Amino acid sequence: MNPAQNTPATSKPGRFGPYGGRYAAETLMPALLELEKAYKEAMADPSFIADYQRLLRDYAGRPSLFYHAERLSSELGTHVYLKREDLNHTGAHKINNVLGQVLLARRMGKKRLIAETGAGQHGVATATAAALFGLTCTVFMGAEDMERQALNVYRMELLGATVTKVTSGTATLKDATSEAMREWTRRADDTYYVIGSVMGPHPYPTIVRDFQRIIGDEIREQCQATYGRLPTALIACVGGGSNAMGTFYPFIDEPTVRLIGAEAAGEGIDTPRHAATMAYGKPGVFHGMHSLFLQDQTGQIAPVYSISAGLDYPGIGPEHAWLQHTGRAEYAAITDLEAVEAFAWLARQEGIIPAIESSHALALLRKMAGEFKPDDIVVVTLSGRGDKDVAAIQAYQQDHGLLLTDNREE
Amino acid sequence: MSDLPIKVPGTSPVTPDTPATTATPTNRLEKKLAELATQGRKALIPFIVAGDPDLRTSQAIARTILHSGADILEIGVPFSDPSADGPTIMAADARALAHGTSIVDAFHLVRELRAETQKPILFLLYYNTVVQMGLDLFFATCRDVGVDGIIVPDLPLEEQDEVGPIADSHDVIITRMVSPLSGPRLSELTVNGRGFVYCVAALGVTGERSELSADLSTFEMAVRAVSPIPRALGFGISTPDQVRELAAGWDGIIVGSAIVRRIGEGHAAGLNAQQLADQLGIYVSSLREALDEGTLAALQGG
Ligand SMILES: Cc1ncc(COP(=O)(O)O)c(C=O)c1O
Repeated sequence: MNPAQNTPATSKPGRFGPYGGRYAAETLMPALLELEKAYKEAMADPSFIADYQRLLRDYAGRPSLFYHAERLSSELGTHVYLKREDLNHTGAHKINNVLGQVLLARRMGKKRLIAETGAGQHGVATATAAALFGLTCTVFMGAEDMERQALNVYRMELLGATVTKVTSGTATLKDATSEAMREWTRRADDTYYVIGSVMGPHPYPTIVRDFQRIIGDEIREQCQATYGRLPTALIACVGGGSNAMGTFYPFIDEPTVRLIGAEAAGEGIDTPRHAATMAYGKPGVFHGMHSLFLQDQTGQIAPVYSISAGLDYPGIGPEHAWLQHTGRAEYAAITDLEAVEAFAWLARQEGIIPAIESSHALALLRKMAGEFKPDDIVVVTLSGRGDKDVAAIQAYQQDHGLLLTDNREE
Repeated sequence: MSDLPIKVPGTSPVTPDTPATTATPTNRLEKKLAELATQGRKALIPFIVAGDPDLRTSQAIARTILHSGADILEIGVPFSDPSADGPTIMAADARALAHGTSIVDAFHLVRELRAETQKPILFLLYYNTVVQMGLDLFFATCRDVGVDGIIVPDLPLEEQDEVGPIADSHDVIITRMVSPLSGPRLSELTVNGRGFVYCVAALGVTGERSELSADLSTFEMAVRAVSPIPRALGFGISTPDQVRELAAGWDGIIVGSAIVRRIGEGHAAGLNAQQLADQLGIYVSSLREALDEGTLAALQGG
């Protein structure tokens, strides 16, 4: 793995075109510079890379399956593959990044981890790694998300983490992130902040991308092994953008491969209740980075909404902003309803219950199916499994009078 | 905010002002600091949030504070997600935003205050507020209205390449910030700085602290050794006793959350604008007294 490879032309380190940067309080600057230095050294150290790869294999269970979804393929008339990040230990792609960062934290001598979480998957992954390495762990989570993802709150507690409820603002991922940053400002000396997506101040977007690129690297190898060629298109959901960035990154210099991100349209982009940053965000500076944000004219960050706690964020990682800017990647917004239908669709067609986040990518696959030819290879990154969402989907089904569970035998 | 109800300098180019190093500064902040230094006095720098609890009241409070011994006024422009602030200032921002206080209102507030004061006024804001207004328009408006400098917690020196020269060309100071962790960065952070260097007294976010860090004197000496400009200490300072004690070592004292908390409590207790302003005036006077006593005691003590 070579972090420098594929990096778009940038003026300064940590910049993706005009996006990125390090807009952090002076109190955090020494910690960010220390992190950058430690990260560079670690990535140049073969023993660090070996530790990371061993953990991915022996603990996370990689490589993850590259699964030919035959029933989806025949329904949609193209070769559909699922990159099964849901089969990783802890049930999502988040563990890839967390294992890398926690190894780094250990190398830096930090004894305490903090993290923000939306859906709870990143919090669970961080709590898991903290248990594995014997570190203490505090996870910040919005009150609203603690309710929608109650199962994950209990999982984190079982793993020995403290879950701190965040009630400010919209009480979701945005506020949990602000609160984690506040805590890091208090304790930068002994605390490592494990950011869960390709966002925040430099070097985080780069670190998280480099620890998630294993997804795309494996897709490349597995697709070559099966077909002897590259995939036609890659589809992944984008919250902050880490599973998508990990999927896309090894293919950025392969112009024949379409890179497609699915963001959250919530109740619809014609309503104020959505989180479609790529479609409606404007450039700005927030949470340490210059990127696209949903905001009002004076720069107040907008309250956003998605059924999916993991996509319910008013910003996007800066490298995605740049990929959209240059036209290298394309992004489309998927509504709650479309995602819920795709959730039930995959369960029925393939016997796989996907995370509601990942269901956005599946819904986009379904919508775009007409664009793909029979011998195309379309890979959807299934970023996580859906156990955490079952209760919320059941409630959604009842509230909206949907019929997701009709029995086919009658 | 369809129309900016603020007179914005039109196409006429703004003459760049002489840089800080010249003998007679034109910026109110630099003038005031020079004047205080000559008098052997220390700067008292209270902080309020524009529009907290409403615009008219914050104006009354600002006016009273300026008459109660403040040398420099720091005005916070409310932000939806103030990630460098603790609960007290977060709550003040939320109160101000609840009735839509915007950057335009904050500029209006300064314009009204300028009718009666030539004391330096600084904005504390998050960088997105500046970016969304547009750098040129923002700094031109600062100059036009009379905002002498800004403090931007999420704009480190490393990210000032583009904005620095624009601020300079309008003679608006971007305040340098340093923290006890800045260590080897201190001289790089203070060299070429203008106004005062904002020294963050405590790690973490804004908020009152009953005990200040024991290491403050180490920090003070480290900054003193390298900084070519006056040093103001902020974050966590809330009592006259603390101010009295700190007077010896620092050129200025910034008091934020302690003031903002009193505004929040007074508002919740149903005080009207005048009562709130009076109460804050008494508190700021007590800080002034403590600062002057501490300064004098330090002089007498050698
Ligand atoms: C399963 C799953 N997929 C996707 C996401 C969105 O994050 P990202 O865009 O960083 O992959 C989350 C975040 O919580 C998640 O849990």
